[in-house]
Amino acid sequence: MITRIALGAALASLSLSGCACYTLDETEQAVITRFGEPRGGAVAVPGLHFKLPFADRVNRFERRWLEWTGDPNQIPTRDKKYIWVDTFARWRISDPLRFFQRMRDERTARSRLDDIIDGETRNAIASYDLLEAVRATERPFEDDEAATDLAPRRPDRVAVGREKLTRRILERASAVVAEFGVELVDVQIKRINYVDEVQVKVFERMISERRRIAERSRSEGMGRSAEIRGEKERELKAIESEAYRRAQELKGKADAEAARIYAAAFGKDPEFYSFVRTLEAYRATVDGSTSVFLGTDAEFVRYLRSSARPR
Amino acid sequence: MAWNPRVHTNEERPRRDPLAGLKRLLRLRVPGPTGPWRGKAGAAAIALVALVAAATSYYQIEPDEVGVIRRLGRFVGTSDPGPHFRLPFGIERVQKVPVQRQLKMEFGFRTGLPGAEAGAAGAEPKRESLMLTGDLNVAVVEWIVQYKIEDPYAFLFKVRNVEETLRSLSEAAVRSVVGDHSVNEVLTTGRQRIATQAKEVLQQLADRYDAGVDVQQLVLQDVNPPDPVKPSFNEVNQAIQEKERAINEAQAELNKAIPRARGEAEQAIRAAEGYAIERVNRARGEAERFSALQVEYRRSPDVTRRRLHLETLAEVLPRAGRKVILDHAAKGMTPILPMERRELGSATATAAVSEASR
Repeated sequence: MITRIALGAALASLSLSGCACYTLDETEQAVITRFGEPRGGAVAVPGLHFKLPFADRVNRFERRWLEWTGDPNQIPTRDKKYIWVDTFARWRISDPLRFFQRMRDERTARSRLDDIIDGETRNAIASYDLLEAVRATERPFEDDEAATDLAPRRPDRVAVGREKLTRRILERASAVVAEFGVELVDVQIKRINYVDEVQVKVFERMISERRRIAERSRSEGMGRSAEIRGEKERELKAIESEAYRRAQELKGKADAEAARIYAAAFGKDPEFYSFVRTLEAYRATVDGSTSVFLGTDAEFVRYLRSSARPR
Repeated sequence: MAWNPRVHTNEERPRRDPLAGLKRLLRLRVPGPTGPWRGKAGAAAIALVALVAAATSYYQIEPDEVGVIRRLGRFVGTSDPGPHFRLPFGIERVQKVPVQRQLKMEFGFRTGLPGAEAGAAGAEPKRESLMLTGDLNVAVVEWIVQYKIEDPYAFLFKVRNVEETLRSLSEAAVRSVVGDHSVNEVLTTGRQRIATQAKEVLQQLADRYDAGVDVQQLVLQDVNPPDPVKPSFNEVNQAIQEKERAINEAQAELNKAIPRARGEAEQAIRAAEGYAIERVNRARGEAERFSALQVEYRRSPDVTRRRLHLETLAEVLPRAGRKVILDHAAKGMTPILPMERRELGSATATAAVSEASR
């Protein structure tokens, strides 16, 4: 299959170089060379074009945006954290003639881009703290209270941020690559990850952080429930004592009122009251176990002895 | 020749069989369509050419596609779904772009891969999903992107390998947004916001790159802490539950005890009120009774006094166990009970009535 395609391609190129016309696709641009010498500028208009048969050669280049993906790079940040940084960029051949002269083909260009962008990435990452490459803005986190650390975080100071950092890479790199007829439009950090040894440490830190949060949460729960229990005790005591106070007050008032009423009534004839009250007391006191000794001089038994009128 | 058959070899579109063009080319070079007819061979050649022309000019666009037409490499227009004709022999080429189709990309996982294949592709999804959060922690974020090709022209002719580009852009977009959120936000409250923001960022980037795609949805799937850290995250959740439970239990106890105590307090107060009413009423009653009696007593004190005395004795004495009557002549015995009437209120088992009245 491959040999057949190769054969076809060879046949095609032979017939092409021998022809006076060529077509350019929408995705292509070309530089025409006559016996190796570039003829005029680049041809960027798609469609049918003419050339000198056999003498002119059509060197085709991509006209579209091309991707560039960097190798993951192990870089220490300014705060000495070792990370993998994975970048990608978009570029295009903006000046095919110059590109043809300097780079010859895409593969060469790609390897030059590797050198340049990787280098600039390294410079940029190494001259800032890790935070600058991770954060985009200084927005404070909206963490819910229960799930965070004890101390309220102060907002991070982000002086540069990912956007500016990548723009710095872009600016420096694109200044260099312009030389090759290449336009670099965008550099993005695709991935940032800790190198394995650091990652282990980070995981350990995360675990201990979570533990701390969990412990705090538990003790908060216990504290709060003790507080509620205390509140309950206080409330109970308050309610009970208040009720006792009210009850005593009511009783006292009633006692006082009763005393006043009694005094008012009995005060009219204290001697008679004492007489009546004593009689009542006899009623309450005497029962079956009581022995009564009555002298015959007592009025009750007087008539047992004599029916005489008392003097 | 009005048209150049060699054009075919010029383009090696991936979907085209390069040999097809070559075959056509070889076929066409031999007879040559101009010139006088040369008998049967000529007629056959013409027929063949006509057949090939017909075969290469008809094409059909499916309902979810649009056809992008290039004439000799130059973009000349698009064709809608349905049957169409183009200039034959590859002068016009049509590339079908599924503009209506919802396309989807997965990050951090791959559906539809059988076990072994998924295992082989396992490392890449893992790398895709591992990312740093704004508080320099690590989270594992899986997400999908759904998009449509909005501008077939841009999609085909502005960017090479749009899909790969879009993948990289998605990764960059999601990471830049996640990088601005704390790990807690990423895992819990911030999910929706992150997805929305990442979608916006991705659309901006795609537009900046002229990719011709419309990002319709960016949805976060599983978002987790990294495996080694997971248990401790669960522990936090558990601890929060425990805390809530402890508080709830205490609150429940409080809720149970307080209303009851209130009721009991109310009861005690009501009882005291009852006591008060009773006390006063009794006092009033007794006072009334005494007053009434006293009025009558004033009218005839002697008789009343005596009557009351005798009535009381008549009632009391039968209840007493032993009754002893002493002759007052036997003086020696009388001092046994010299008790005064005033002391009778004290709790003695023996009562004596000596001089009840005068």
